[in-house]
Amino acid sequence: MNGIGVFVCHCGSNIAATVDVKKVVEMAKLEPGVVHAEEYQYMCSEAGQERIAKAIREKNLSGVVVCSCSPRMHETTFRKCAEKAGLNPYMVEIANLREQCSWVHKDINEGTEKAVILTRAAIAKVSLNTSLVAGESGVTKRALVIGGGIAGIQTALDIADAGYEVDIVEKTPSIGGKMAQLDKTFPTLDCSACILTPKMVDAAAHEKINIYSYSEVEKVSGFVGDFTVDIRKKARYVDMNKCTGCGACMEKCPSKKALSEFNSGLSNRPAIYTPFAQAIPNVPVIDPSQCLKLKNDKCGLCARVCQAGAIDYKQEDEIVTRKYGAIVVATGFEVIKLDNYDEYAYSQSKDVITSLELERIMNAAGPTKGHLERLSDGKAPKNIVFIQCVGSRCADNKGKSYCSKICCMYTAKHAILIRDKYPDVNVTVFYIDVRTPGKNFDEFYRRAVEEYGVNYVKGQVGKVTPEPNGKLTVHGVDLLDNKQLKVEADMVVLAAAIEPSPEVRSIATMLTASIDTNNFITEAHPKLRPVESPTAGVFLSGVCQGPKDIPETVSQAGAAAVKVIGLLAKDKLLTNPCTAKADELLCNGCSACANVCPYGAISYEDKLINDHGIKKTHRVAVVNSALCQGCGACTVACPSGVMDLQGFSNRQIIAEVDAICR
Amino acid sequence: MSTANSKTAAAKIAEISGTNPLKCMKCGKCSASCPAFEKMDIKPHQFVSYVVNEDIEALAKSESLWYCLSCFACVERCPRDVKPGKIVDAARQTVVRQKGGNYLSANEIPALIDDDVPQQLLVSAFRKFRR
Repeated sequence: MNGIGVFVCHCGSNIAATVDVKKVVEMAKLEPGVVHAEEYQYMCSEAGQERIAKAIREKNLSGVVVCSCSPRMHETTFRKCAEKAGLNPYMVEIANLREQCSWVHKDINEGTEKAVILTRAAIAKVSLNTSLVAGESGVTKRALVIGGGIAGIQTALDIADAGYEVDIVEKTPSIGGKMAQLDKTFPTLDCSACILTPKMVDAAAHEKINIYSYSEVEKVSGFVGDFTVDIRKKARYVDMNKCTGCGACMEKCPSKKALSEFNSGLSNRPAIYTPFAQAIPNVPVIDPSQCLKLKNDKCGLCARVCQAGAIDYKQEDEIVTRKYGAIVVATGFEVIKLDNYDEYAYSQSKDVITSLELERIMNAAGPTKGHLERLSDGKAPKNIVFIQCVGSRCADNKGKSYCSKICCMYTAKHAILIRDKYPDVNVTVFYIDVRTPGKNFDEFYRRAVEEYGVNYVKGQVGKVTPEPNGKLTVHGVDLLDNKQLKVEADMVVLAAAIEPSPEVRSIATMLTASIDTNNFITEAHPKLRPVESPTAGVFLSGVCQGPKDIPETVSQAGAAAVKVIGLLAKDKLLTNPCTAKADELLCNGCSACANVCPYGAISYEDKLINDHGIKKTHRVAVVNSALCQGCGACTVACPSGVMDLQGFSNRQIIAEVDAICR
Repeated sequence: MSTANSKTAAAKIAEISGTNPLKCMKCGKCSASCPAFEKMDIKPHQFVSYVVNEDIEALAKSESLWYCLSCFACVERCPRDVKPGKIVDAARQTVVRQKGGNYLSANEIPALIDDDVPQQLLVSAFRKFRR
């Protein structure tokens, strides 16, 4: 036994302002086994690390305690430092004096007392540490991207361009996502389809990209570098290999009452359909809830008109199982339901619409062929009112707590486009704040006001009342004028909040990726690791991580791709050696541990056990260290205390508790 | 004017109303919704600012206290859960308590009621008309 070194970091004033670091050093020196203790301003700096390395070499330390920030921040840093100096990296323990001490205390005496205790606990633990060696696991050189919107497409293209295979799983019949539904894009007003469809074509044509459209992820198992994923290819009832995309089936289909998802429910589509003309793949699907043949075995017209013989009413869902090294979540968003905002009369009037519905109305391929008209009577509107922040920035359990971020800009875009094409239409925007941080964004908004004469009024609207004459009365307020306003409108457009796609919950559960209270997937670090999930091998792209516009989504998609490429470029990954292990002599094979293991890492074997000369065959627990994530659930569940987590053994934990209670 | 007294009074109003005026994002949906807006000297959204700025004296003198119908449209629609109507109600109660005297006598009620009177109005009336 050579002795333990204790290194107390000031973290500038982060720790030193609330903890007497000199006192911590003094007290640490009194602990059994401690042969060296010192403090320094920034232990994580090169000079700080050199101090640790020097002490390891000169005093031949057998264990190191660094009293600093959270192990999430710098445990790896100090482990690497120890390894370089010749010490097993798992002989390093962190006493968290920042997040768990100095940042949560104000009084220096109390802070110091707690710091001394935390240090004592870490010393007690490290004296029982054993050298651990990380194992290795292989990397499957293929990535899965869940979601085929602009985020997923861009991530897939970037990964594929680096030479790796990528599969895109898209739940709808075509890739393209929400961006395909948009008319123009801010702040340059280029046509959304014109910049998106080439990317869709690139993705489809790329030899490294494989698209599973109309498919969903069903099951995920495994771990970073070696995920196994079941993909459900939903029955299309059309043979992808035979279909030529001629469209005759869609034309002839007599069931045309279904609402078009692509047109936000503003037009109808046949039972056999592609979502839009530029769909990729250009192979229709049959909606079984609408098809007369599938519902009651009548019709069959599509099969008769199909020259290629591609219609197959007997097709069934198919499960494909594939292996991946990395998974990117790019599940995107939906517009919230407006049931909680009936004061805006969305359910009462056809002329109160969401902004996404307006996108379809403005689009040449939309339900009105791009003519701005009221959905109730087809008349051209003269007065249009936009209401911002509907369901965003709420603290009332009805809406979302966050700013949806894209609405200020798309509303300015809509206002400009309308005023440009229909100069005699009056446009009023009721806003709370206009938020336009972004390159050329504020200039764009100012153009709406200064060049296009859009009337921006500060104040949220109270209610919208449909009048008997078909008009809408908007009850608003001008806060800067301190006047209540009643504006007569022909059309009201609601900037409804966006929320993560509903599937994200089940996908996050399958991936053991954490999500926040708003169902956005949590990033590993909000600033420094924004495209990684805390679950190794799972990456984030687009709105699933937080509200984003297209430029931001594309940047983030590229960033996620780089992380994936960095992972797939490796041949071997180091595995965490802090895994569970059963004491075979004492295990009675009761299955309690396997029942609680969330990773399916525990199985049972009948083993010949030599217990002090008595040989007997026992059923004992065996841990697959490649699957074990070291969560420790089994160690608590085991009734005989046989399961132990390496690096966090029961003895070590008890020693820590004893040291704290001393 | 913020003084020790006005600070206490502002805290009192926050306490009686059970709302946190600091949550207000100044969207003005309360003022857009208020049917008595025109008659008010201090508008519903301003009420919240007056409490934040601890200018309770001006609030107590305001005619708005007696024009508020207690329809609670602002309470229902406030996206920030600030509930300006409850602040008005709290300010009114503070004034009433200071002045002393009785609330509306129970004997006077039956004559005022018809089938259309909302229950909420009766409760508010007890607080409001104390003469």
